[in-house]
Formats: sequence, structure tokens, C-alpha cells
Amino acid sequence: MRTILAAMLFLLALALPGHAALDPAEMLEDPAAEARARAISKELRCMVCQNQSIDDSDAELARDLRAVVRDRIRAGDSDEEVFDFVVERYGDFVLMTPPFTPATWLLWLAPGLVLIIGGGVALLVLRRARGRAETRLTPEEEARLAALTGPETADRG
Amino acid sequence: MIVEIGHFALVLALAVAIVQTAVPMLGAHRRDAALMAVAVPAAFLQFALVSLAFAALTWAFLVSDFSLKLAYDNSHSAKPLIYKISGVWGNHEGSMVLWVLILALFGAMVALFGRNLPDTLRARVLAVQASIAVAFLLFIVFTSNPFIRLDPAPFEGTGLNPLLQDRALAFHPPWLYAGYVGYSMTFSFAVAALIEGRVDASWARWVRPWALAAWLSLTIGIAMGSWWAYYTLGWGGFWFWDPVENASLMPWIVGTALLHSAIVAEKRGALKSWTLLLAIIAFSLSLLGTFLVRSGVLTSVHAFAVDPERGIVILGILIFFVGGSLALYAWRAPLLKGGGIFAPVSREGALLVNNLLLAAATAAVFFGTLYPLLLDALDGPKITVGPTFFNLTFAPIFVALLLLVPFGPFLGWKRADLQGAAERLMVAAGLAFVAMLIAFALMWEGPWLAPLGMALAVWLVAGAASEIAWRIKLFTIPLGESLARARRLPRAAWGMALAHGGLGIAVAGIVGVTAWRAETIVALAPGESTQLAGYTLTLEAVGMRDGPNFEATTGVVRIDRGDRFVARLMPEKRRFPAERQEKTEAGIHTNWFSDVYVVLGDVAGEGKWVVRAYRNALAPWIWIGGMIMALGGAVSLTDRRLRVGAPVSAKAHSGARPVAAD
Repeated sequence: MRTILAAMLFLLALALPGHAALDPAEMLEDPAAEARARAISKELRCMVCQNQSIDDSDAELARDLRAVVRDRIRAGDSDEEVFDFVVERYGDFVLMTPPFTPATWLLWLAPGLVLIIGGGVALLVLRRARGRAETRLTPEEEARLAALTGPETADRG
Repeated sequence: MIVEIGHFALVLALAVAIVQTAVPMLGAHRRDAALMAVAVPAAFLQFALVSLAFAALTWAFLVSDFSLKLAYDNSHSAKPLIYKISGVWGNHEGSMVLWVLILALFGAMVALFGRNLPDTLRARVLAVQASIAVAFLLFIVFTSNPFIRLDPAPFEGTGLNPLLQDRALAFHPPWLYAGYVGYSMTFSFAVAALIEGRVDASWARWVRPWALAAWLSLTIGIAMGSWWAYYTLGWGGFWFWDPVENASLMPWIVGTALLHSAIVAEKRGALKSWTLLLAIIAFSLSLLGTFLVRSGVLTSVHAFAVDPERGIVILGILIFFVGGSLALYAWRAPLLKGGGIFAPVSREGALLVNNLLLAAATAAVFFGTLYPLLLDALDGPKITVGPTFFNLTFAPIFVALLLLVPFGPFLGWKRADLQGAAERLMVAAGLAFVAMLIAFALMWEGPWLAPLGMALAVWLVAGAASEIAWRIKLFTIPLGESLARARRLPRAAWGMALAHGGLGIAVAGIVGVTAWRAETIVALAPGESTQLAGYTLTLEAVGMRDGPNFEATTGVVRIDRGDRFVARLMPEKRRFPAERQEKTEAGIHTNWFSDVYVVLGDVAGEGKWVVRAYRNALAPWIWIGGMIMALGGAVSLTDRRLRVGAPVSAKAHSGARPVAAD
């Protein structure tokens, strides 16, 4: 079957070596600005890695992009402006969280749809089953059932 | 020679599996007892042959026979013994053989213990099980042959990926496989039942232990994998929403749903066809995981097209089993007789809501994992689906589910008293509220959602405890009688309470790590210190040491809290010369409530080293909770009613050992 093992094997072959993604030398002086840079970095994809943000990645490209993000923040950009700047160059692919566009409507709405449609179908089936069950007993059977069971027994089981 | 025997045994196993598929199926169709009886010895023989093949592979790894290409590619004579063994399945071909081995083992177990199954059902189950073996053995023999020889034989192997040279990682695949293959059993039972055209209580009674065993194995496998990711990847995280992780999470979630709906099918005869569908989906998602991981489709849809052989074969297997079983379901399921009816507010209703929420949670993971591939395949825009997506979709659904969990066990079958259940949960709700206040007071700077998360965790644990307390009438009858009742309580009840309580503990761990992590990244020269969440971390020295097959740069980091010495950690960077790779080993100190987690990074210049450190609040609880859940599964599995092959009650009464009954 699928194994975390084998996939990790090739997955991490790409990500390796090293894990020390962010270097203290890269950091901004101002802790608040650095915190913003970290938060933004966690939402930007390392384009050459498998599902890693630039904050986690050790790749050269991720390092470059981290520098770009910090340069933009130093230049006074808002978070929104930093994202726009990066997306303009790399496209939506660079965003760790896909934007809500027609192409991703299904993605974002699928879990809710499953819940609503599944719930609707379940209710319908249950109602039908109850309807059927209520009409299934003949009067004689009803009488026998009443004789066999007390009025309260239906609750227990 | 031994390698060739193994190869021969594997091909022979394929032939046996083909016979085991065709003959008993035909026999069941014709009601021919002689043909049906073939299934049992065939299952034993298939298991013996696959065992032989696996043993031959293991032997080649143990004696470092590098004329076997697989051993050359994945082993090295200097490797510690334990990783020579785990190297057998630490690669594509060997892992497939392990998979088939577990499949054959489970088939043999049905053959051994299934005497009380109706003949036709047993024959069909074993035939379906064998058909899965045929598919995978064909796949192995024709596209992934592990028995290829090299001539001339190399003197030394190229080694195993260092990341795989780790105890938790080396031994988690067998657990994962046991989980996946366990779902192949419930799948075989489901398909056999569809062919039979009937699902009764005895069917459900057989499916439940398999669903439980598969769930338990998968829980352990996922927990081990996540624990490994935590201490070795060096990011201090426990779950990355990586497609590879998601591939194991999906069968787990659906398997959890199956576990719950099978209860309804057994006890009340309701939700039968839904249970069948879940059994089919759980195994389909296991197969899908294989396809995702094995075909290379995860790197890019286009990589799949470059080397399509294995991918296409797995895709073919996937389409055959998923498509075939769903078509069979569509055709036969409407013929199944509906079972007991129930009011929306009832135990059945609660389990149905559980199933709905789990299905929606699965959809979140499913779409999050596959949607980028789908868009890519359709030449749509390239997108990335990262953790935030799952936090926004999966998390709320799961939170809703967790809120409802404690209610379920208090609801009676058929029609339940919601108000009564709520009253019995008042204590748990009160405790959850107190926990929220305490969390808020202690961690008032943290995210505001975190105290609610802690309340949820306490709600789950206290809810599980309340259920046991209620069942044994704690404090309403004398304590001695309560204890007597506790002893008489079915193991399944204890198992459920443990699993639900363990879930709460894991939730606490997840909330703690996510919300209250403290992090620092600094460059330190030996002798320098840094502060982290009340701890002082001092890099005392950095040195080199030699391991069995690696050389390491080791940092010595002293941890103090105020004036008190806490621990000395040795985070390492290991270089494996044979494999020409590196990996980090985090230094972790735990006091069971939080971890101090230190990673040694690169040289920062001027004699300094980059040190990354985290204080991960409640981190150990994630895995403690996971293990308690697995323990709950194990306890439940020992319940008399579920014991595989337990003697039927008539025999137990007249048996020689009446004492052993309870």
C-alpha cells in the first residue's frame, strides 16, 4: 500500500539537507516586523519543494523569497501588498492557501456540500423507512405486538 | 539459491491465489461444498508461500547478499541489524511484498477461525481476498520484482536512506499496512455480502473485529509516523497536511465511521447498506493512497506520464476494485432488506451524525489532497493547498463532531431522551467550563480560541468518564456495588470510554502545541545563552562523534530554569557517508506536560552555530492520547462477543472450563 516511508524518501530527498530554514542573519531588527515576515512566509510556497512554505524550506529559492518578503516589509508594504507583489511574479501557485476563485469553488465548498447533501439524503431515507415501517404491520400484527410489549419497552434496547 | 526459491515461491503464490479466487467463487455459486472447501487450504498455502518469499528477501538483507539488487540498493554491511531487517520494506518492491504477506496472513486467519461462518460466505470472502492478492502479486511480479540479481555482485551496498534509519519510522509501515490490509478484510466481507445478497447480524459481528483491528493498527501507524516527523524533521510540528500523510488519514477517518456504523448494523440491523459502502470506501482510499504514493503523481501529473508503467498498473487495480465494487454496490445494495427504524434523536441517529461529519471531514482531506492534481491534469491553474485550508475546512467539522461525541453513549437505541443525556453530562460541561477559565487565566496572552480548545478536550475526557460513572451508578449506590458493576461492564464499553477519552487528551496536546508554542532562532557561540519561555538554554560545546554508520556534529545544550538545572540535550546533525546524506536529530527534554525541543543548525560564522529551540506545550499528550485511543481499540477487541473464533455460547455452556467464561 502507500507508505509514508517511500514517499518521504523521495519527498525528503528534495527537501534535504538541513532543516535550519530561517537564519538569524536574515531576520529583521524590529520583532513586530519580523513576526509579520514569519507569518507571511508561512503562507508562501517554496516553488521548488514539495508542499513546504518558504519559512520551513532550506532551498536557495526559498531563501531568496524570504529576503524579498523582508525587503518589501522594510520598504513599508502592508501584508496585502507583499502578497500581491509575490503573486504578480509567481501566480496563485505561490500561495499556500488557494484563493476562492471559480476554479477553486468546488474545493472550498466540497466538505459543506457533502454535509448538506449527505444530511438531506439521510433524512429522506429515514423518513421513507419510517413511513414504510408504519404501513407494514397488519392490524392483527399490531394487536399481537401490543400484547407482547408494554407501552414503555420501545425506549430500551 | 535462497533468493531463487523466494522468487519461485512468490510466483507459485500467485498461481495459488488465482485458484483461490476462481474455484471457491464458482463453488459458492453452484453450492458445491467440495469446490468451496478449496478456499481454506489455498489460503494457508498462499500464506506459507508468501512467507517463504518474504523470508528469502529478509535473509538476503541479513547476510548482506548484494547480488540481490534490492539489497544492493537499500542496504549496507555496516548498517545496524535492526535496519537491515527494516530495509526489507524500506523500499517500493519489498514494501509491496510485506503488504501481500499481511494480506495472506489475514486470509489465513479467516480460514482458520471462520468455521462458524456460513460456508458460502466464507468461500466468497476468501475468494475476494485472494483476488486482491492476485492483483498485487501480478503487480509485484511484472513491474516491481524484488528478486532481481546483479552479476557481477557488488562488494558493498549503497545503504538505506538515513531518514528511514530510525526505530519509529522503520517499524511504522507494518502497522500502517496491517491497517490498510485490515480494511481489505472488511472490503472482502462487504463484496461477499453483496454477492450473497444478504447482510445479517452474524455478518456485522464478523466485520466489527476486523474494522476495529484495522483501525487500531492504523492509529498506531499514524501516531508513530507523526511522532517520527516531530522529532526528526526538526520543525517541531506533528502534522504537516502533506499528501503522504493525508493518504493515511483518509482511510483512518472513514474507518472510524465504519467502526461506528458497524455497531448499528450489528445491534439494530440498520444502516446496513451504508456500512457496506463505508467498507468499500475505506479500502478504496487505502488503494488510492497506494496510487498517490507509488505512481509519482504527487510530484506532478506529468511525472506520471513519463514513467507510467507502475502508475498505470496501480491505476488499473484501483479502477477495477473501486469501480467494480461500487458497480456491484449500485446493483445489489437496493436488494438488501432495510433494518430497524429509529427516531432522529437516538443512538442510531447520533452514530449517523457521526458518520456524516466524518464523511465531510474526509471530503475536506480528499479534495485538499487531490484537487491540485485534478486541476493540473485538466490544464487548469496550478494551486497549492496548505495547512490553512485544512484548518478552515477540516477543523470546524471535526470540532463539531468532538462536541457531540460525549452525547452518543448516553443516548438509547431507537428513541432517546436528549434532555436526560444533557443532564448526565452537566458535570462534564462544568469541568470543561472550569478548564476554559483556568486556561484563559494562565495563558491570557495566547490565541483566544485556545481556552475553548482546552474546554473541548476536558469535555471529551470528562464525558467519557461520566459515561462509565453513570453505567456503574457511581455515588448513587454503595461503592462496592459500583466496583462490582465496573467489573461486569463489557470490555467494549471500557474500550469506547478509553478511545473517546484518549481523543480528548490528544486534542489537548494539539491545542497546546498549536497555540502555545514558544520559538527562538539564534546564533550562539559555545558558552553563550538564550532565553525561551522561562528556560535558559546554553550552548556548552559543539563536537564530533562517530556513530555505527554515520558521523555526527553534536551540540551540547544545557537547559536551566532559574537556578535549577533541568537537562542537557544533545541535538545532532548526522552525515551518512555511504548514502551521502544528512539528517538532524532534535534534542528533546520532556516533563510530560511540555517539551523543550532543540535543533542544531548550520555554522553561522564567527564560531557561532544556529540554534533553533521550541517550547512545545502539551506536545507529549498528542501521542499519549493516540496510544490511549489504540489501547481502547485493543480492549474493545478483547470483548467476548467480538473475539474472533470465540466458541459459540452453546459450546461455552457445555464446555470443560466453565470458569474461563468471564
